[in-house]
Amino acid sequence: MTHFMVGFKLISSVKLGIKSLLLHKLRSGLTMLGIIFGVCSVIAMLAIGEGASYEAQEAIKKLGSNNIIIRSLKPAEESRQSGNVGRTFLLDYGLKYADGSRLVATIPGVARVLPMRIIRESVRFDQNEVPCQVIGTLPFYKEIVGVDVLRGRFLTDLDELYQENVCVLTSGLANRLFPYQDPLKMSLKVASSYYRVVGLVRERNTVEQRSQSGKLSGEPLDNNVYIPLSTSRSRFGEILTRRAAGSFQMEKIELHQITVQMKDTSAVETADPQIRTLLKHFHTSNDYELIVPLELLRQARQTQRIFNIVLGSIAAISLLVGGIGIMNIMLATVTERTREIGVRRALGAKKRDITAQFLVETVVLSIGGGVVGVVIGVITPVVVTHLSGMKTIVTVSSVLLAFGISGAIGIVFGLYPANAAAQLDPIEALRHE
Amino acid sequence: MPATRQPVIRPEAIIRIEGIDKTYVLSAENIVHALRGVHLNIDQGSYVAIMGPSGSGKSTMLNILGCLDRPTAGSYWLGGENVATMPDDELSEARGKKIGFIFQSYNLIAQLTVIENIQVPLFYQGVDLATSHGRCVELAKLVGLGDRLDHRPAQLSGGQQQRVAIARSLVNDPIMILADEPTGNLDSRTGTEVLEMIGQLNANGKTIVLVTHDDKVAARAHRVIHMRDGLIDREVVNRPWPLVGK
Ligand SMILES: Nc1ncnc2c1ncn2[C@@H]1O[C@H](COP(=O)(O)OP(=O)(O)OP(=O)(O)O)[C@@H](O)[C@H]1O
Ligand SMILES: [Mg+2]
Repeated sequence: MTHFMVGFKLISSVKLGIKSLLLHKLRSGLTMLGIIFGVCSVIAMLAIGEGASYEAQEAIKKLGSNNIIIRSLKPAEESRQSGNVGRTFLLDYGLKYADGSRLVATIPGVARVLPMRIIRESVRFDQNEVPCQVIGTLPFYKEIVGVDVLRGRFLTDLDELYQENVCVLTSGLANRLFPYQDPLKMSLKVASSYYRVVGLVRERNTVEQRSQSGKLSGEPLDNNVYIPLSTSRSRFGEILTRRAAGSFQMEKIELHQITVQMKDTSAVETADPQIRTLLKHFHTSNDYELIVPLELLRQARQTQRIFNIVLGSIAAISLLVGGIGIMNIMLATVTERTREIGVRRALGAKKRDITAQFLVETVVLSIGGGVVGVVIGVITPVVVTHLSGMKTIVTVSSVLLAFGISGAIGIVFGLYPANAAAQLDPIEALRHE
Repeated sequence: MPATRQPVIRPEAIIRIEGIDKTYVLSAENIVHALRGVHLNIDQGSYVAIMGPSGSGKSTMLNILGCLDRPTAGSYWLGGENVATMPDDELSEARGKKIGFIFQSYNLIAQLTVIENIQVPLFYQGVDLATSHGRCVELAKLVGLGDRLDHRPAQLSGGQQQRVAIARSLVNDPIMILADEPTGNLDSRTGTEVLEMIGQLNANGKTIVLVTHDDKVAARAHRVIHMRDGLIDREVVNRPWPLVGK
């Protein structure tokens, strides 16, 4: 048979199949429903899963995948009872400058170590007072964290060297403090010292970004004031006093955070246990925590993979049910059209012609259901995002997957009824009432 | 054994059946011999009626003639090929190319229009619908349904449906047309119309084999073959038939 004849037969068979299906519109529609729901749920579920994990992964990526973050932790209540002297006591905990030097000296693959002091203080200008995080850090904070300088400049080595009273603000904070003034010409007051504003930087989480990604409200905005680390050390000292429950609480804390930047991601993996061992050796209490964004990212991806498998299985089961529905209907159709099969065989149809005819019908049903399912499946996540604010991402691969499965279901579940039709004895088929 | 008297086989006949058996083995004890060594030859252009009591093997005979079934034993030469031993696909091809069927219950395909029904045999031979359209319209006109091309079988009377079936049986230009009680479902007037149409086909040179219970129907044929218990009992020649190609 020539290619032309095969093509002609295929086109005619598809037309004939559609014609036969249209003869029972309601039945065909109901049969397709199973596939429609299956395909739709595959796409929509994967889109929701993808969206959720995308958000988590983005948040983690912001921390930097080459970085290992070590934070000071206030030790748990019981473990510091021993240090309690009367109503006032000194709590000495957290990361030390020495930890930073040790990390550079002993851990292979360390590129830079960024120390940070993070102090919660109110920042004042004129009548305006805003609670902030006053972050004392080094100039290369800019590269490691990736800040975006909007105006002016970030901290410099000279600021650090001369313990300058300068600061860099996040832009939102600047707007609140200096609604009518140019912040770069002003100074603000933190505790008892004044700091000259030398630059503005973009927040890491701006309001617009957040409403877009649909995060819950209540998460604090970045209200950050960056000052040189040396300035922070000399102005605030190492002992911070805090009133808590009627008693003064004094904390001695050198550094709040150390961000270790590794040379590459593979170094991150080897350094993680090494850093833990090192810190354990020099810290008697558990007064720090290690955050490995790469590890978190990996976990997030792993979680997503499991999530996808679970969602995928649920969707696959619904597709399977749809396929069984199709098979059921096709078997009924074959029985119903036994006479037609006999007639076609008498008029020269070979077994494979009959197989093709019924297979085409099943595939048309399932592909038709697949197309409708894809359309609904692409629309559903948009509606979900609109109603619940959840982020959803429809990936091309999920659409192709769902569509491919629906086509495959047509063939797999169509094969048996189509074969049953082809195997009918022409004479008996012709006698069938 | 009077039934063993068989006509002499003429090797030049276009349809030759030589010692055909058809046995149905239902169980070890229950074996049905539907045909028991039948010999028959049919000349091109002749009109043959098969008669006989119920269960005598007429339909079985016709099914074998129509390549719908293979005999248990014996050979069947159809246009120079032994159909008796053909595999299934070749049987399908033989039906599609060499046989035209007219059934008692018309057997049109419900979801297809008149013109599409007429096209079906050509479809299975891979003929393009556009190519065959003219021929199918012509045949529809021949059977007087030129104005009903886009009607569905359900919208036609029984007589009209049988005429569509006649047009369909002609579309592949078959060696012979087989009709199993073609007027069985029709009233006598439309039945006569259909028979006249079949007679006309024969007058134009088509070989016809027709099964009937009706003497009046059989009277239109050149030869009437009477079957009994799976054998040809006797044969009556009503009138001579033209010897084509001799
Ligand atoms: N598929 C089958 N299985 C078993 N026996 C069969 C089968 N088909 C036909 N027979 C038997 O073969 C014999 C001949 O049947 P056939 O249908 O040829 O009769 P017929 O002459 O056409 O009868 P009628 O005039 O009633 O149509 C009958 O005894 C019948 O029971
Ligand atoms: Mg019969």
